[in-house]
Amino acid sequence: MSHAVQERPVALSKPRGPLSHARLPRWTPAAVAAGSIAAGIGIGLAAGWHSRTQWGMLAALLFVLVSYALTSKVEGARQAKDRVATSLVWVCFVLAVVPLLSLAWVTISKGIAVLDVYFLTHSMNGVLDAEAGGGVYHALLGTIEQVGIATLIAAPIGLLTAVYLVEYGKGRLAKAVTFFVDVMTGIPSIVAGLFVLSTWTLMLDFGPSGFAGAMALAILMMPVVVRSTEEMLKLVPNELREASLALGIPKWRTILKVVLPTAIGGITTGVMLAVARITGETAPVLLLVFGTKLINPNPFEGAQSSLPLYVYEQYQVGTDQSVARAWAAALVLIAFVMILNMVARGIARWKAPKTGR
Amino acid sequence: MAKRIDVSGLSAYYGNHKAIDDISMTVEPRSVTAFIGPSGCGKSTFLRTLNRMHEVTPGGRVEGKVMLDDENLYGANVDPVAVRRTVGMVFQRPNPFPTMSIFDNVAAGLRLNGKYKKAELNDIVEKSLKGANLWNEVKDRLNKPGSGLSGGQQQRLCIARAIAVEPDVLLMDEPCSALDPISTLAIEDLIGELKERFTIVIVTHNMQQAARVSDRTAFFNLAAVGQPGKLIELDDTERIFSNPSVQATEDYISGRFG
Repeated sequence: MSHAVQERPVALSKPRGPLSHARLPRWTPAAVAAGSIAAGIGIGLAAGWHSRTQWGMLAALLFVLVSYALTSKVEGARQAKDRVATSLVWVCFVLAVVPLLSLAWVTISKGIAVLDVYFLTHSMNGVLDAEAGGGVYHALLGTIEQVGIATLIAAPIGLLTAVYLVEYGKGRLAKAVTFFVDVMTGIPSIVAGLFVLSTWTLMLDFGPSGFAGAMALAILMMPVVVRSTEEMLKLVPNELREASLALGIPKWRTILKVVLPTAIGGITTGVMLAVARITGETAPVLLLVFGTKLINPNPFEGAQSSLPLYVYEQYQVGTDQSVARAWAAALVLIAFVMILNMVARGIARWKAPKTGR
Repeated sequence: MAKRIDVSGLSAYYGNHKAIDDISMTVEPRSVTAFIGPSGCGKSTFLRTLNRMHEVTPGGRVEGKVMLDDENLYGANVDPVAVRRTVGMVFQRPNPFPTMSIFDNVAAGLRLNGKYKKAELNDIVEKSLKGANLWNEVKDRLNKPGSGLSGGQQQRLCIARAIAVEPDVLLMDEPCSALDPISTLAIEDLIGELKERFTIVIVTHNMQQAARVSDRTAFFNLAAVGQPGKLIELDDTERIFSNPSVQATEDYISGRFG
């Protein structure tokens, strides 16, 4: 706040000069928020609305309106507009966080029951649908291998494509590449799966394997990597490229040693977002990897499983025990993506441009 | 070491726009030549043609000859990368590599160009930082990032980085315009020392600076906005500032226009 070094504004005092004006006390927004929520619940109960969403929407609406009315009455028109904008930001923040928290809460509370070391280290081999026990090891292994191979394929291709587009690409070819990357971003995952199914499995006559699934995942991952890397490379100041070239460093080395390291933080984040996206894909895995109850560590031969596929299968079965396993596997999936993200962020921070003395 | 530059009939373009027109001049070795003139008259563009950095700009194109002693920089088989190793450059804004430490910044040109032993690198880095009058300020924190230095120190770091590759010519594009008077003084003193070893060309908007540091001064001007810039005259600095042979130069220096 800009008042940090001044005396604290006095609530509702009379204006002392042309530069000061009456102010609402600092706790006003909190009080208005609490009042709006109470009113939302009260009116909702009284009117007999079933949907809690309606209660929330009413509370949010009241919050913005009351904030505006109160501020414009006491502080003035400009402050009222400012308060409306601030209130809307808060409402949007809550709208974004509530589903996220509720999702995390539901997954954790339902998944934690079955989740233990046994669950993480055993497969579903010989476990009946209605039987408790069994585990997710085969699916976790499959996910790690498939996502790993997909990343190994897609990240270098995507990275090099982005380098081409930013550093070398001119004219028609670059425009065409950009256009097709944009088109690829919109490919539904089932289409990527069908494409690999029709070429790899049907035309070339390979059986289901983790590798086939990884190829479909790579198709989904590539445009995301290209797009995010491209944006990051564009942010690297041109002065750094010129400084490097003026030292007599060839262009390819400039890109490798100056441009890419400067952008590495953003590039890592982009790749991780792409990894997170493909980790949750079910459709191509269902078509190409097929699913199994057994541990198959070889991604190049035979059916494998994967976490999203496992969740889908267990939920389909529908017994209490299998639904519990599905929730636990969902929790493992979320944790897996989160750990990957944290590791990548750690690497990015370690490698990122250093500031300070 | 310290070569003569002989420019003849040089024009530079940005796409279809002609930025400088038919410039011929000689830059003496082991001296400081200053370029002065109003904004947009092509001083920086001309400077960038001297180490083939102009063509890095999209649409940048050059006609004419730049002889570095006996070799034409724009000859058929000349490698621009080799040219830039011979003709170093310092830019207007200090631009140390943000991912590298102070040591790595100075060593960048060497390391990225070939193999050096650690001891060799240590020697060259120390020599370059001493040459840039920065050694005493940074010798205890060579492993800290270069972006943590002050603006003036960063600019001297960039000079150290440029002289570490032992160029024959050092081009400076308004090296002090982003710096305070004390850092400017430090860099001007440095230029005085560096001219013993290098041929130095400096672009500046500060007439006093040109008078202080340079042996010879070139005045550039343009007929009107959108017209290409031209070299009006090149003479000993003393003469340019006391008794120039062209009226436009005197008008510019005395502040009557531009």
